[in-house]
Amino acid sequence: MQRIGVFICHCGTNIAATVDVKAVAEALGREPGVVFSTDYQYMCSESGQTLMRDAIREHKLTGVVVCSCSPRMHETTFRKAAEKEGLNPYMVEIANIREQVSWIHKDVAEATEKAIILGRAAIAKVHLNKPLKAGESPVTKRALVIGGGIAGIQTALDIAEAGFEVDIVEKEPTIGGKMAQIDKTFPTLDCAACILTPKMVDVAQNEKIKIFSYSEVESVKGFVGNFKVAIRKKARYVDEEKCTGCGICTEKCPQKKVPNEFNMGLDTRRAIYIPFAQAVPKVATIDANYCTMMKTGKCGVCQKLCGAGAIDYKQQDTIVEREYGAIVAATGFNPMKPTQYNELGYATCEDVVTSLELERLMNAAGPTAGTLLRPSDKKHPHTIVFVQCVGSRCDAENEKGKPYCSKICCMYTAKHAMLIREKYPDTEVYVFYIDVRTPGKNFDEFYRRAVEQYGVHYVKGQVGKVVEENGVLKVQASDLLSGEQLHIDADLVVLATAVEPDKSARSIATMLTASMDTNDFFTEAHAKLRPVESPTAGIFLSGVCQGPKDIPETVSQASAAAAKVIGLLAKDKLTCNPCVAESDEMLCNGCSSCEKVCPYGAITYTDKEFRGPNRTTLIRRVASVNPAVCQGCGACTVACPSGAMDLKGFSNRQIMAEVDAICKM
Amino acid sequence: MKFSYYPGCTLKTKAKDLDRYARASCVALGVDLAELPEWQCCGAVYPMAKDEIATKLSSVRALASARDLGTDLVTLCSACHNVIKQVNNDMKTDADIALRANNYLKLDTPYKGEANVLHFLEMLRDRVGFDALKEKVTNPLTGRKIGAYYGCLLLRPSKVMAMDDAENPTIIEDFIRAIGATPVVYGMRNECCGGYVTLENKASAVKRSSAVLESAKAKGADTVVTACPLCLYNLQKNGGDAGVDVVYFTELLAEALGVK
Repeated sequence: MQRIGVFICHCGTNIAATVDVKAVAEALGREPGVVFSTDYQYMCSESGQTLMRDAIREHKLTGVVVCSCSPRMHETTFRKAAEKEGLNPYMVEIANIREQVSWIHKDVAEATEKAIILGRAAIAKVHLNKPLKAGESPVTKRALVIGGGIAGIQTALDIAEAGFEVDIVEKEPTIGGKMAQIDKTFPTLDCAACILTPKMVDVAQNEKIKIFSYSEVESVKGFVGNFKVAIRKKARYVDEEKCTGCGICTEKCPQKKVPNEFNMGLDTRRAIYIPFAQAVPKVATIDANYCTMMKTGKCGVCQKLCGAGAIDYKQQDTIVEREYGAIVAATGFNPMKPTQYNELGYATCEDVVTSLELERLMNAAGPTAGTLLRPSDKKHPHTIVFVQCVGSRCDAENEKGKPYCSKICCMYTAKHAMLIREKYPDTEVYVFYIDVRTPGKNFDEFYRRAVEQYGVHYVKGQVGKVVEENGVLKVQASDLLSGEQLHIDADLVVLATAVEPDKSARSIATMLTASMDTNDFFTEAHAKLRPVESPTAGIFLSGVCQGPKDIPETVSQASAAAAKVIGLLAKDKLTCNPCVAESDEMLCNGCSSCEKVCPYGAITYTDKEFRGPNRTTLIRRVASVNPAVCQGCGACTVACPSGAMDLKGFSNRQIMAEVDAICKM
Repeated sequence: MKFSYYPGCTLKTKAKDLDRYARASCVALGVDLAELPEWQCCGAVYPMAKDEIATKLSSVRALASARDLGTDLVTLCSACHNVIKQVNNDMKTDADIALRANNYLKLDTPYKGEANVLHFLEMLRDRVGFDALKEKVTNPLTGRKIGAYYGCLLLRPSKVMAMDDAENPTIIEDFIRAIGATPVVYGMRNECCGGYVTLENKASAVKRSSAVLESAKAKGADTVVTACPLCLYNLQKNGGDAGVDVVYFTELLAEALGVK
């Protein structure tokens, strides 16, 4: 028989205001096996822990039940306290009477009854608890960063700075991401390339960092400290080692009509290309979809011209296997294509552009060499209308858009409006908004400058329709403050489209078994207290893949993620979770059901010898669990038809004992 | 190919052409349009008030009789189509409205949105097929530059009407192509003509309607087609002097099929 101590926490008034804690302590004190029961104002405090430790010592407790907040909050705290008194930490159980009782109930009598029931269930479980011992696993001292935008770059640089190796896997031919396409950055208006490209060079020159450009993560196996990742290096048909980045091939390639994705399709590039002058690595890539040689076998101009002999039309994708201790998702975003917003004319009018397209139209390295010319007739626009929240902040009924605020659009639109007014004082600039949201250091001052100093017309209201007539964009909108309908003849309309996670994020999340929200942003382990970690151990989050962010916030989060990675890689060994699955070989019938449902690949099958009747020997196929890989999710215990699979710390008997205790009235 | 047909009040009075040419074309196309017996006014304006049941009842009657006849219900007037389709959606998705409407009507079998409502254009596109229509054309309107005028009721609310993309539709343009003419896509083709505002504030309706015709004219249209009697009225009376003909799409259909 266990000797169990029960501790009821008031959590100030969080629990005590709704639950009669004295009554709970008294009722649970009468449960079989309970030799001590008390309540206290703050169990997690130093004095609360001392109270518990004293009781363990004085009453020779073999098990502890704490009725308090969620185990996610303080299970570790109480287990550590018990361990200091020589009690196995896995003999401590938590009954959650805060989140599951006091916070969701109003009636004291009902809440008290439920608290007693949950406490009784925890006591029933402790009766069957067994001491568990955590094992250890080694840590591979190298990190993988998926995505080479500013988030991935910053994370990689910080990890490398601490002396650990980092690999960056970037699906495009160069690192740099979205920031490389941006012209100027708010609120200081410094040029994005001027602050980004030195960092890209730092990455290239850092001995600890290896860049896998034009590559994608193919598969991820293993677990925290011991990931095994296969990286697909896509064939770029150019030998990276030989190519010097001289660019002759990109000037002489006769296939000139390839839409240039770096310039948002506003101009064209060649079939062999380097995305932009400061690309890292500065290596050419052949676009097989457009290359005449690849399609017809007749051309070979680049091969003839390449002094380094780097062109290889026969190159194949290669798979590289690498091991890592930690993985950082930095998969970034794309602005939503507003093609479904036909009322705003993006699909039908050439002079309706997105904000990222405008960045390229204003960039000195862009298709117009930095002169703002509208796409249709290359003329200087005089009246420019900005539409904010295109695809953002939509209600759930509206399947076209996103429910969230994209966060960065108010600021970059103010930036665009200000830059245009500064450079072209002959323009009239209108900004249509739902709300102007500019929290952030020096952000609101920036927006007010656009209104007060630069005379940008901010109109609260939405644009309902944009149509082109005789080269003029007829904009219909409503001014909500005056209640008037506005009709503006514009030359250029700019849509601030919603930020959406990169399309690759979902498949990467699946490989990493990292959770995502309904918008495909990665979920953090705790919204407030663990914002850069995924709930999956060893997976960290950097940048917009976790939620919309501007550059300063992205860089902060990237460094925070790096700090967490460094903390992990600095350890030589990791303590494993002892609550792992275990198979009873005598019951296992070798059906493979558990192996199929295991998301971690922790279960294998082996042929084993067993003693049969009459001194015979039988060979049976049975499951065995690798405890270092098992994450204790319990899927196998449910799938097992013969009841052979069980989860330590959450055994079928323990769960049933809890259910029985709850049902016993 | 047999359908129940709901013409609506206006098609019996002001908009006889819309109805007449549709029927003549159906004969040429081999489509049997059977006018619903004892149909009543659809309710004219889709009752906006959620608790208004009485104004929905006549639409429910038409829907229920189409269901009982076992045929899809074809509508022609944009406004009737809008009302009947929205009421049908209510009967299908809003249990409260369905219960109250059925309590009033006391039908032999309560109506729960079982009927399928098709606009005449949808019937042409989805049942006859524009390709098949093209083959039946004896008098292609080659060289005619025709602008489609959708107005607001035919396509919106787009989730309920589910006919076409409300902001960038193609159904009437495809129809125009099928009868051998050249469609003219212009900006104001799905803007409001002014509607009933013409009764209260004629100047406002004039502004709306002339904007539509000027937009069509600017893109080179010689004719604008519509499916809505009120749109036709507004564009003709309030559309200014853009010099663009406004006709029902069924008239051009009949012309192309040689039955005008």
